[in-house]
Amino acid sequence: MSLVAHILFVEDDPLARAAVEMALSRQGHRITAVGSGEEGLEHFRSRRPEIAVLDVMLPGIDGIEVCRRIRKEDTLPVILLTARGDDLDVVLGLEAGADDYVVKPIEPRVLDARIRAVLRRADNSYGSVSTYGDLVVDRDALKVTRAGRDVRLTPTELRLLLALTRRPGHALTRQQLLAEVWEQTYPGDGRVVDACVQRVRAKLGDDPADPGYIETVRGFGYRFRSS
Amino acid sequence: MDRAGGTDTTARTNAMDGMNTKDGADPTNGTNGTGRARAGGARAGGWKGLRGRAGLRWRLAGGFAAVTLLSAVAASAVAYHLNREAILRRTTDGVVAEFQGTLGRLVPNYPSGAPETYRFGPENATDLSRMIRDELRKPGRAAVAIERPPGRVPPEEVAWLGVPVPADFLREADTYLVHRRIEHRGTPYLLVGARAWDLSGRGPILAIVAQDLRPEARTLESLASSILAVDGVVLALALALALLTARGVLVPVRRLAKAADALGEGALDTRVEVRGADELASLATTFNRTAERLESNIGELRAMEEASRRFVADVSHELRTPLTAMTALTDVLRREDTSEPDLRRAGLIVADGVGRLRTLVDHLIEISRYDANTATLVLDDVILAEALRATLSVRAWEDDVLLEVPEDLMARLDPRRFDVIVANLVGNALRHGAPPIVVRVRPEARGGRPGFTLTVLDHGPGIPDDLLPLVFDRFVKRDPARAETEGSGLGLSLTRAYAELHGGDVTARNAPPAGAMFTLWLPVEGAA
Repeated sequence: MSLVAHILFVEDDPLARAAVEMALSRQGHRITAVGSGEEGLEHFRSRRPEIAVLDVMLPGIDGIEVCRRIRKEDTLPVILLTARGDDLDVVLGLEAGADDYVVKPIEPRVLDARIRAVLRRADNSYGSVSTYGDLVVDRDALKVTRAGRDVRLTPTELRLLLALTRRPGHALTRQQLLAEVWEQTYPGDGRVVDACVQRVRAKLGDDPADPGYIETVRGFGYRFRSS
Repeated sequence: MDRAGGTDTTARTNAMDGMNTKDGADPTNGTNGTGRARAGGARAGGWKGLRGRAGLRWRLAGGFAAVTLLSAVAASAVAYHLNREAILRRTTDGVVAEFQGTLGRLVPNYPSGAPETYRFGPENATDLSRMIRDELRKPGRAAVAIERPPGRVPPEEVAWLGVPVPADFLREADTYLVHRRIEHRGTPYLLVGARAWDLSGRGPILAIVAQDLRPEARTLESLASSILAVDGVVLALALALALLTARGVLVPVRRLAKAADALGEGALDTRVEVRGADELASLATTFNRTAERLESNIGELRAMEEASRRFVADVSHELRTPLTAMTALTDVLRREDTSEPDLRRAGLIVADGVGRLRTLVDHLIEISRYDANTATLVLDDVILAEALRATLSVRAWEDDVLLEVPEDLMARLDPRRFDVIVANLVGNALRHGAPPIVVRVRPEARGGRPGFTLTVLDHGPGIPDDLLPLVFDRFVKRDPARAETEGSGLGLSLTRAYAELHGGDVTARNAPPAGAMFTLWLPVEGAA
């Protein structure tokens, strides 16, 4: 794919920063690489990147806090870089609103694939507008409204909703959703899907105990309620 | 190493000494064979040290002796008191009876059973007095018989008794037969007195006797001293018996203390002899059991320490091997005059080394987390058929492996780790075995838990017999000298660790006429 993105990359270790910056540039992207969370937020507000790739361990404000602050203002896609062995980081990062996370060290090719997956515009070849109760999904305009009001979803959240609504009443496993929405090769971390579902439910005003739109199929995955 | 060994031997010897030798040979406290403290020869620390060391013995002995003493004293006191009363009453009764009898004989018209006044005629008053006095008098018994009206007794006549008679006694004797014990100049006396009345109106006769009670006093004294003597002997015996019993308790206790010492010093094979079936025996049994558990626990710990040391040595070796190649090339890569083709070759070698190091580090981190019990499963509901196909396709193995798996079988497991398990087993089969490689999945319950088995079978030469029991151990490779294998040496160890994390297991065997067969069982419900 010839997608070129403006990536904001925050990593405090100079060696790692230089190496990854070089590798991602060779993939064709435009990188702004900085060494601290504060600088990262500054650049996010001034330069308007299309995606942020944040290392979690930063001096000063850590990557998770940066993600949280970005989320408050924007639907910018965020990928977190974490060292294996920090499951807590993963959970906190997903709760902070990260679209995906990646474990260091990672091959630049794989990181590139994950970046492209998160940036990909939703596939709109499945017809234009669908209505489910008071929920209206416009696949052409990539807009979702509920009871007339605009629902502001991040690209990942939108792709998830579209994947589920594409087959209403049909249950999908987390692994299937990871492959389709995040373009991750098997195996992936199902918690990324769980976190995203949670956010979509919240934005749709869904009560997790009695969801009207996305239901959990125990022992399997998720399903969009067709009725 | 030697130092520890030396200490062990010495401690063991001491413990054995303690168990075999008699108390007397024990130089570590200040007591001799009989258990009595040598006051003069007490060890450093003197009296306090002795008390501290033999405190239990003296407490036991002291308590026992105190109880014995109290009982003996109580019994003796009661016996003495009863005896004393009996003796004195007998004497009193005897004297009174004789007094009465004499008066009754000598005084005419003596009415038997009548009140203690006696009537007589005027004609025999003086003679009667004298007769009464003479009859009453005996060795050790002074007597007076005085002819006088009641109420008035001149002291000089009573003084012939040799003993002061209390005034109220005289008053009472006017009416009754009275007896009383008094003491005069350290000597006890019994006074008995009564009046015999004059029919004619002449003065009645007052008769008084004073019985010297010294013989009775002596009897009582000798009784008291006998009792005291016996009590003393009893106390001594009790003390001796108590010390003996205490010794019977303390010798095993001291033996146990020595054994505990030896155990603490490192002689883990120390045990004590169990004699009899009382609390001491059960204490000794408990000690032996504890020592055994300690020995095996420490044995295990030492083995684990040894395994850990070996692991570290192996890890260093595994890490250094790729690093050696890469280090050798750093110079080449840094130099400005290295040719492009050389740079390229060096770069590729380094890239290879990096790959191997990454795998090794990944595996090491994983196995360390498993060792430290900090590995947590990230569980997901997985369609096994899909998962297996994905694992194979990601590595482009679909054409090399025959997959037999029910399409509807689902399990709750950690997808990443399950992928690692399958990739490891299939990878090994592809590397060390020969086609066809068959992966077969079947549902199977174990111990009442629903689960599935996954077998990976190849048709190669199988696992060498000497390697088979070690195949899941760390850093065990098919050919230890082969350093160019991609594997880290930890693949199967990780596989087994992951299987166990899920609550399952993995086994290996040879399945002739086919090759090696690895069998994995996992529960479908996720680790409990």
